[in-house]
Amino acid sequence: MSENRGRGSGGNSGSAPYDFGGAWQPSEIELARRVARKKRNQKNALIAALSSALVLGTLIVVIVTSPGWVTLRNTFFKWAYGVEVLPKILLGFATNATLTVIAGTSVALIGLLVALIRTSRTPALTPFRFLATIYVDVFRGVPLLLVILLVGFGIPALQIKGLTNSVLILGTLAVIITYSAYVAEVIRSGILTVHPSQRAAARSLGLSHSQTLRYVVLPQAFKRVTPPLLNDLVALVKDTGLISILGVTDAVRAAQIQTSKSFNYTPYVMAALIFLAVTIPLTRATDRMLRKSLERQNAQGQA
Amino acid sequence: MSAPVLRIEKLRKSFGAEIVLEDITFTVPEHTATVFIGASGSGKSTLLRCINLLEQIDDGVIKLDGQDISAADVNPDEVRKKLGMVFQSFNLFPHMTVLENIILAPTKVQGVSQDEAVDQAFKLLERFGLRDKADQYPDRLSGGQQQRVAIIRSLARSPRLLLLDEITSALDPVLVNEVLSTVRELKSEGMTMVLATHEMGFAKQVANEVCYLHQGRILEWGAPEEILEAPKRAETREFIKRVHDAGRL
Repeated sequence: MSENRGRGSGGNSGSAPYDFGGAWQPSEIELARRVARKKRNQKNALIAALSSALVLGTLIVVIVTSPGWVTLRNTFFKWAYGVEVLPKILLGFATNATLTVIAGTSVALIGLLVALIRTSRTPALTPFRFLATIYVDVFRGVPLLLVILLVGFGIPALQIKGLTNSVLILGTLAVIITYSAYVAEVIRSGILTVHPSQRAAARSLGLSHSQTLRYVVLPQAFKRVTPPLLNDLVALVKDTGLISILGVTDAVRAAQIQTSKSFNYTPYVMAALIFLAVTIPLTRATDRMLRKSLERQNAQGQA
Repeated sequence: MSAPVLRIEKLRKSFGAEIVLEDITFTVPEHTATVFIGASGSGKSTLLRCINLLEQIDDGVIKLDGQDISAADVNPDEVRKKLGMVFQSFNLFPHMTVLENIILAPTKVQGVSQDEAVDQAFKLLERFGLRDKADQYPDRLSGGQQQRVAIIRSLARSPRLLLLDEITSALDPVLVNEVLSTVRELKSEGMTMVLATHEMGFAKQVANEVCYLHQGRILEWGAPEEILEAPKRAETREFIKRVHDAGRL
């Protein structure tokens, strides 16, 4: 495959590159090359297939014939049981999904706000810039689990009237606080990578500082940070599982409850599969987007 | 006689300890072009950026149509509405089409309606032979086309004064001419301009006055024939000779 890509637009796809009267016919040399190339590709495909069959086959045989295989299968992969507990875990995952949407939206807004404050130069915002820097430093450096425990158990302990004691809300809050710090830094780095000449051009056209930001800097910054932001989204989906520590019945907690009843770990595996069903497509989408933006950049380099 | 479009008196600019411009005084009357020549690092670009208030000057006065735009209480955004600037590296906005690049300032800054701005943009594109590029993104255009779009972008705001900063330096020699002929056309229509350039032949054609900038000072100035063909100062002669040798005349 890669062989063909390296050669760019091959001439045999209908339109000959040089059509100066008379149809182009590949020369003897070219025909011989094609035969040789085809042979080599066939040989490579054969080797790849043989090697895969050998390695994967051995692996499967070793696992299945090992003395602990039956115990392993019954402990982790008892599918009938897995299917039985699936609805409960899925119900728990609805919490993770809702949380991802709510936290994701809040994180995007707060992260953008913090990034804007950190990159602004307005004198009136000086104290906020200072506070934003401390906020980012602290919450990027503390484990999320710790923040969840502090907020989830610590705030109710204050016994402030009118403040919620719902661990679900507090847990979500902890996730939002931590992720906003990460996302703010991603967006800020995106803003900083927009070349100063773009600002100069915008300002020289008479655009104000905020217009420059809105029409010129942010659109370019977001384009660049979309892949890392999607990465953070994948991480967010997983990390919503951490609030199970507060006793919120999410997918992880639901699996834990089932496991503690049966001493069988299949529910955990089921929960893992549900997370994978969401995160793998997201990761693929991220990869595709990254590849596209790279291709676009390369196209620019050639222009 | 009315005030000149631009008058600069005793301008001084430094970056830290390094003095970039010193004792710069000159006048640009309406419908004329003043061309700055000089080696890289002589301060040409900085001078243009100072006029556009993209750099803060250390001393001196800059007057646009008689108004002191270097005064402390002047809003730079208001001043820049009257100025057009074209950069060496084009600086088109890569995420916008050619048309969007051109109508951004008229619609967002000058409050022109979308339809009117688009109309005006198409007229300019038509005039400079770029009508079919309106919906393209900048990275699909050649350097010369990009630079002409950048010129149109600053023209769309009907500036009083056009600042052109080495607009052909980043271009393939083959593409230089299409950009220069655009500028020649603007000159013939009476646009007032300040240019920094390495193209001596072009300078001779469009300039009313040529200033030779050497280590931050205007060392010699006068009509293009005087400066380019019979310079009085040894430094100017040396510079012109070097440009000659590099084949840029």
